[in-house]
Amino acid sequence: MSNLAEIELLHEVTQFFYHEADLLDYREYAEWLKLLHPEVRYFIPLVRNVPRMRDNEFTREQQDNAWMDEGYATLEKRVKQILTNIHWAEEPPSRVSHLISNTVLVQVEGEPGAREVTTRSRVFVYQNRIDDEVNHFVGKRIDTLAETEHGWLVKHRTVHLDQSVLLAKALTVFI
Amino acid sequence: MPKPIDELIVQETGLVSREIFVDEDLFKQELSHVFARAWLFVAHEDQIVKNGDYVVSKMGTDTVIVTRDMEGEVHVLLNTCTHRGMRLCRNDMGNARTFSCPYHGWSYSMDGRIVETPGDLAGVPGHATYYHGELDKKDWGLVRAPRVKVYKRTVWASWDPDAPEFEDYLGDMRQYLDFALDGRDGSPGNNEMIGGILKWRVPSNWKFAPENFIGDNYHDISHRSVDLVGINPSGGTGRRDEEPDEVTTLGFPKLGHGVIGEMPYFEEPEFQPQWQGNPEVAEYYRRCHEQRVERFGDQPRVSMTVGTIFPNMSFHGRQPRTIAVFHPISPTEMEMWRIFLVDRDAPDAVKDMARHYHLSYSGPGGLTESDDMENWSYATDSSRGEISRSIYFNYEMGLGHAREVPHLEGAVENGVFTEENARIFYKRWAEFMKAGSWDELHPGAGPGPDRRRAAEPTANVETK
Repeated sequence: MSNLAEIELLHEVTQFFYHEADLLDYREYAEWLKLLHPEVRYFIPLVRNVPRMRDNEFTREQQDNAWMDEGYATLEKRVKQILTNIHWAEEPPSRVSHLISNTVLVQVEGEPGAREVTTRSRVFVYQNRIDDEVNHFVGKRIDTLAETEHGWLVKHRTVHLDQSVLLAKALTVFI
Repeated sequence: MPKPIDELIVQETGLVSREIFVDEDLFKQELSHVFARAWLFVAHEDQIVKNGDYVVSKMGTDTVIVTRDMEGEVHVLLNTCTHRGMRLCRNDMGNARTFSCPYHGWSYSMDGRIVETPGDLAGVPGHATYYHGELDKKDWGLVRAPRVKVYKRTVWASWDPDAPEFEDYLGDMRQYLDFALDGRDGSPGNNEMIGGILKWRVPSNWKFAPENFIGDNYHDISHRSVDLVGINPSGGTGRRDEEPDEVTTLGFPKLGHGVIGEMPYFEEPEFQPQWQGNPEVAEYYRRCHEQRVERFGDQPRVSMTVGTIFPNMSFHGRQPRTIAVFHPISPTEMEMWRIFLVDRDAPDAVKDMARHYHLSYSGPGGLTESDDMENWSYATDSSRGEISRSIYFNYEMGLGHAREVPHLEGAVENGVFTEENARIFYKRWAEFMKAGSWDELHPGAGPGPDRRRAAEPTANVETK
């Protein structure tokens, strides 16, 4: 890929992430679901304190425990639950802001129109509730986006949160 | 200073002071009177499979190392160097023969060939020179929990050498714990832990959680949103598959434990299809049912949904099937841990479906549990105010309506909606807080139904 093509692709991808963050932050959940691939996998592993040379710092997708490890059906249920307006952990609604940065292209496969792009980013999600409840979800996000006739869709997302003990009482925001 | 315990827990009228959820002095007393004395859940054997495996856990506000020594024995050791207190092990898990302190290099061995007792001090830099060989290493081994019990793949410990045997501590509540730890077909101890523990901080007093799990069906309204959405593993609405009709709450007034479950029964209830989302999984559970029928015949058995072992271990036995532990951090903060269990010998599809279901239900990201956190944390917060803390919570529901249970020693049955089990929990808590030692706490002491064996089974108490 030429430099220019790479810059264009990176621009497309980051604009996609900003658009996605906007939908979440402005609580347009139904619209947000449309950005997910039907075969999406959304995975937030547990992080453990282990010696540096060990490879078991993160729990394994679809094998071990995780903060979240789910497909489209459960993500849709999460949205539906929020929209019942009686999901008390999100009622009254949290104020949430997503900051996405440091996005780099890791891998590009396929031809324009049907590409799959894997990216690495940093993500900072600020959640504020009721009076003074504040949670910070900070970490590394690895996304695989698929280019389809409906535009780019999230096909796979792994979030490596920078906390081993989650310092939030609930994880009711999408990261 | 807070009021005397008997004014904080008013048993005759079912009142519980808000002070016990926010007061710093009472919290300190809890650590010494409850957490330094009771049997506490510390680990699952799947975390320490091989000799030398260890996992770091908590007992009250202390961190402990649960480890399997070179002979396969399980030890629970205080995770602090006896020399200057550095947290000895800062990993969550691993395999080690020796724990060496990064501060001054004191090292403790788990190998009985090197030291007298695993956990003893083995190496002290400069022992011969700076200490002139005069430091008696045997006196400075890691502090160990004197009581450790491995029970059906779970590990429990107590700091009190006078604590009763673990089985006596459980009493007949053991049968309900067994339901969670045995296989779905009733095979003893047939459980496996899914890798990794969910650990998260909740700005709540720790007691809200075990109280909730002991039999608070009344709070079901909290979970309406997930019931509407439906995460039951057969599709459709609700949180779980159909449950037996005979559910009630049972409590153990002299032990502090309680459960939402069934009275002892002698015939397996009609099979209800479960886990219909996957035919292979559904078939597995159908087979388990048949095996239960065969295994138990007309012998008594129990089943349960959710319960608490006093003080801070709760468990789900049916759907989901999990262990929850509530570690105190301060009067107004706890760290919650969750472990997911599946049948050890189940096919992968069964394990995988259970894992995904448990995750969608429990933990901070669970569609059900996230709403519990909201209740407990804001109930804690709003008990802090000068006026708020001076008033009582109402635990009056069903007061005076407990009935003795045949076939279960020292148990009472209370109906589905009742606060009897919560009253039992706080009664036991008050006994621990007042007692000077286990002499005053032994199972069987204090008021409540006798612990004598109930009459032989009679036809009129059988439930279908």
